[in-house]
Amino acid sequence: MVDLSVKIGDLTFQNPIQPASGAFSWEYNEVIDLNRLGALVAKTICREPRMGNPTPRMAETEAGIIQSIGLPGKGIDYFLENIVPEYAKFKPPLVVSVSSESIEDFAALARELSVPNVDVIECNISCPTRNTTGGNFALQEEHTKEVMSAIREATDKPVWAKLSPNAGDLTSIALAAEEAGADALVIANTFLSLKIRTDNFRPALGNKFGGMVSPALKPIVLRMVYQVAKEVKIPVVGVGGVTKAEDVVEYMLAGAHAVGIGYAGFRNPTALTTIIDDLEAWCDERGIEKVTDLIGAVKDDDMEMDPLIAASHGV
Amino acid sequence: MNDLAPNEKYTDSAIRPDDPDPYPDKPVGEFLANVVSNEWVNAEYKLMVLKTHKKALTAYAGQFFHLLCPTPDGAEVWMRRPMSVYKVDKAAGQLEFLYKCEGRGTKGMVMLGTGDTFNVSGPLGIGFHLDPSWKNIVVLGRGVGLATLAPLSQLAAENGVGVTAVLSARKSDLVMSEDLFHDLGADTVTVVDEDGSSDVGNVEAILEGLIANGRADAFFTCGSSRLLKLMQTLGKKHNVPGQVAMEQIMVCGVGACYVCMRTFEINGERTLKRVCREGPVFNMLEAVGW
Repeated sequence: MVDLSVKIGDLTFQNPIQPASGAFSWEYNEVIDLNRLGALVAKTICREPRMGNPTPRMAETEAGIIQSIGLPGKGIDYFLENIVPEYAKFKPPLVVSVSSESIEDFAALARELSVPNVDVIECNISCPTRNTTGGNFALQEEHTKEVMSAIREATDKPVWAKLSPNAGDLTSIALAAEEAGADALVIANTFLSLKIRTDNFRPALGNKFGGMVSPALKPIVLRMVYQVAKEVKIPVVGVGGVTKAEDVVEYMLAGAHAVGIGYAGFRNPTALTTIIDDLEAWCDERGIEKVTDLIGAVKDDDMEMDPLIAASHGV
Repeated sequence: MNDLAPNEKYTDSAIRPDDPDPYPDKPVGEFLANVVSNEWVNAEYKLMVLKTHKKALTAYAGQFFHLLCPTPDGAEVWMRRPMSVYKVDKAAGQLEFLYKCEGRGTKGMVMLGTGDTFNVSGPLGIGFHLDPSWKNIVVLGRGVGLATLAPLSQLAAENGVGVTAVLSARKSDLVMSEDLFHDLGADTVTVVDEDGSSDVGNVEAILEGLIANGRADAFFTCGSSRLLKLMQTLGKKHNVPGQVAMEQIMVCGVGACYVCMRTFEINGERTLKRVCREGPVFNMLEAVGW
């Protein structure tokens, strides 16, 4: 028996496999057993009902898809009344992703989400298709600090900050979120992208820009997780390009406590539970009794710091 | 641990035709089907017959499967392709898809041959509904849209409901499933672009005639925004209810990603619905064309 459980703050998760916010909803219960997941992660909720972005919302590219959904939803009141009870039917902790364009409203939403069946508030301060003043706080240190501090004051629930891979200096932003009181960091949201159709010269997405989702992004996000995990004391959840158990292992070796999975569940609707099975088998074959033994266990102590990384640290 | 072969890049727990079902209480599955045959039926369309796990055979008319198509060009096909069921043969344990070879996904499907495996997930969505009070229905489809309407006609025939199938295509040799509709006992009317008989005015006259003769208790359509609008107009004028099967670019297929949205107008208010979850079959009168 392998112990797959991980702790993030005071919360215990039965395994490190979580759906990525936006790529998951309770409807997956029609395909897989949701009680097997490490956590349930609801789609980002906003104050008001939102239709979302114009279609097409997805375009295929050479190496992944770009999508621009626009955070559709029925608003916070409907969510608390109707969607939270849907998730409460299942055992894993519920992580609720939330977004707003104003700091005050962000904090108010966090306060309103502080109800018994919500276990974690994931602050989506990095939606790629919102600009800096429109909710993409995670592009700048001071915006990150301001919004996370306000949210921290508004709730006693664990708060996770979802960061942006589009930020110039991710480590500084991670440190700002930690200093503001975040209990964990989710790295990362999608990469801002563009596709232009050569048949009609128009952007392929109705919203022009989209966020890229692809296994091709895994080495890049893995590097980000590695760099940030070395600098912060709070846990990191790695999100980007996980399609198999070995990817989970890689993220954990780089320092992640858990992973979020999006694309793989689109491609193979049973992927999340399969990856849990495969991760257990992978650990078992190698005599690894606790999956937490993998966290940060990358063997690189004898390697010199990369000059580029050293420079960014002022070494 | 990193020397995986390319085909081991993704997890694959799809259920084979003879596997026990690991999720017996789940209505939707991911299946590894075996290709029985995959033959051209005319210059543009192919019929794929798959041997699948019996849970896949619970699909009914209007539902769809999400297909993980092989790659036609060496590059990756990143998303599944939604495709409505053409036929369910429970006795033979087979599922059939009639498809037009057009995009990257279907060009990949063309390459599959007898004995190959094909990952399909489903059955998904809400299909057609036949009200017990309807004695005669009209199905109006264009192009590959007729593939979606074929199992509905079969369902109607099995329930003793009369079917008139109006089949529209560019050219007469591309009219799909005329024989199948005919074998089901449907009256078939074929209209084509090449002689102008598929013009909206002519199709309108055909539908008006069917309504006048009591042959149209309900309308069903798929495959053409123009024909949908015509059926809506006549449906409103003569108080004929209807259903439309719609398509949209789709990602997850189960209702999680909100990519496959279409616009609907309900009581004067515009709203978006998920084709995969609230559809793909919708109230014809509420659908806004594409």
